[in-house]
Amino acid sequence: MSAALVFDRVSKRYATPRGVLDALHEVQFAVQPGEFFALLGPNGAGKTTLISILAGLTRPSSGRVAVFGADVQRDAMQARRLLGIVPQELVFDPFFTVREALRFQSGYFGIRRNDDWIDELLAGLGLSDKADTNMRQLSGGMKRRVMVAQALVHRPRVIVLDEPTAGVDVELRQTLWAFIARLNRDGCTVLLTTHYLEEAEALCSRVAMLRAGRLIALERTAELLRRASSNVLRFKTDQALPAEVAQRARATGRIWQVKVHDAVEVEQTLAALRQAGVVLEDIEVRKADLEDVFLELMAAFSATQGRHA
Amino acid sequence: MSGWRTLFVKEVLRFWKVAFQTVAAPIVTAMLYLLIFGHVLEDHVQVYDGVGYTAFLLPGLAMMSLLQNAFANSSSSLIQSKIMGNLVFVLVTPLSHWAWFVAYVGSSVVRGLVVGAGVLLVAAWAAELHFAHPLWIVVFAGLGAALLGALGVIAGLWAEKFDQMAAFQNFIIMPMTFLSGVFYSIHSLPPFWQRASHLNPFFYMIDGARYGFFGVSDVSPWLSLAVVAGAFVAVSALTLHLLRIGYKVRH
Repeated sequence: MSAALVFDRVSKRYATPRGVLDALHEVQFAVQPGEFFALLGPNGAGKTTLISILAGLTRPSSGRVAVFGADVQRDAMQARRLLGIVPQELVFDPFFTVREALRFQSGYFGIRRNDDWIDELLAGLGLSDKADTNMRQLSGGMKRRVMVAQALVHRPRVIVLDEPTAGVDVELRQTLWAFIARLNRDGCTVLLTTHYLEEAEALCSRVAMLRAGRLIALERTAELLRRASSNVLRFKTDQALPAEVAQRARATGRIWQVKVHDAVEVEQTLAALRQAGVVLEDIEVRKADLEDVFLELMAAFSATQGRHA
Repeated sequence: MSGWRTLFVKEVLRFWKVAFQTVAAPIVTAMLYLLIFGHVLEDHVQVYDGVGYTAFLLPGLAMMSLLQNAFANSSSSLIQSKIMGNLVFVLVTPLSHWAWFVAYVGSSVVRGLVVGAGVLLVAAWAAELHFAHPLWIVVFAGLGAALLGALGVIAGLWAEKFDQMAAFQNFIIMPMTFLSGVFYSIHSLPPFWQRASHLNPFFYMIDGARYGFFGVSDVSPWLSLAVVAGAFVAVSALTLHLLRIGYKVRH
């Protein structure tokens, strides 16, 4: 059985006024049927370019992409039937209602009388009472749900979600993931890009990380977490940290998270803070999560790039 | 595959839902031309024997509205979808370039015919309508609308901003329609402009349609048919090519 998605040495170069930009450099990985797969990376890493190539919206400079064996360039029609893509940009057709948009989308795939499935999609995504509302009158989160429904009208075997939860409230995120997880259990393959790493950690069995157009990690999520070198000491404070601690820490508002390897290091860190007269609240030590691993890998990559430069 | 039918229906509904702006407005504009030019020139200009100026003007005016609206339909639909970003919903489907062509050009023909017929219908009070050869009217109305619909697809794909589209419309489509003999017979022009008019495919569409109404025209309807059909084939070939390669919509 062929893989659900194959990215075979995919490169994309753009000519820009400042020279050639290597948006993607020989990216290679495969996603197996039924997988829930995360594609992670900072802004500008090339995730959306890779998805555009998969969708047939952008041609790769070299390499090939296939969906269940169908090449997205040479066998584009078959590939598009297998794919359901939710684009990152919030876009909608202002002329029509939700149901009209979904009926048209079905029709483009040659599917008539699709209302049973459309009703199921509307119910699953909490849109039933908006079916006859014009797209213009929906909130951003509601429009996002319709985009998900539009990508699913033709029952694609592979679902691609590009930042589906950006700017979306907690309730929708839960509705959306419950629904996508159900489709995944029913056999759909899911490829997801997201900035919310806890979502990727909770949902995805495997993770690929992109940085500056290159694949820098491709592993099972559990493996990646196990490999994490450190634990995290987390606390709150309003005061400045001594330099030796600050350089190992990252701050989110008044929350500080310091990388620590073992109990001795925890004690040393706390001692250093006490000596500097820093008052701490809500102290906890936790295992490193995907976000910590992500930051570690990105930092390591930047360091090697620095050496090569 | 029947996907083209859905895209066609969607494109027709798109203009029909805002028919006040896409159908009623151009009919009102045509009526204003008819009222003003007809009133001012009725007693001064006679182009064909036994045909009053208002009666002469009406078929050309209907054709002009038909052509402009056929162009406006495909071009504005495409540029709006490009700028709004919702063209992506069509781009990710297995619709072929033929499906795109038939849907966008077909819906433009529908809008052109609706507006053209609307102008004739509303203007029926102003002048007595002749239908000497109705089939010729249908042929030139249909072919002309299809040609402009295809040109609209090219413009819609090419333009990246609304002002580029406006430039295409104001500097190419408008002069060609106005200089096509809608308001006069080209025999009344100085020789240079007569020759220039003969290079304008719009002239043949208007003149051919006028033959259908009056049984009289500046050139033979067969010549007009050859020119208009030739232009349609050439423009369609280019349109299909641009759709096939995804000109400016796939990178």
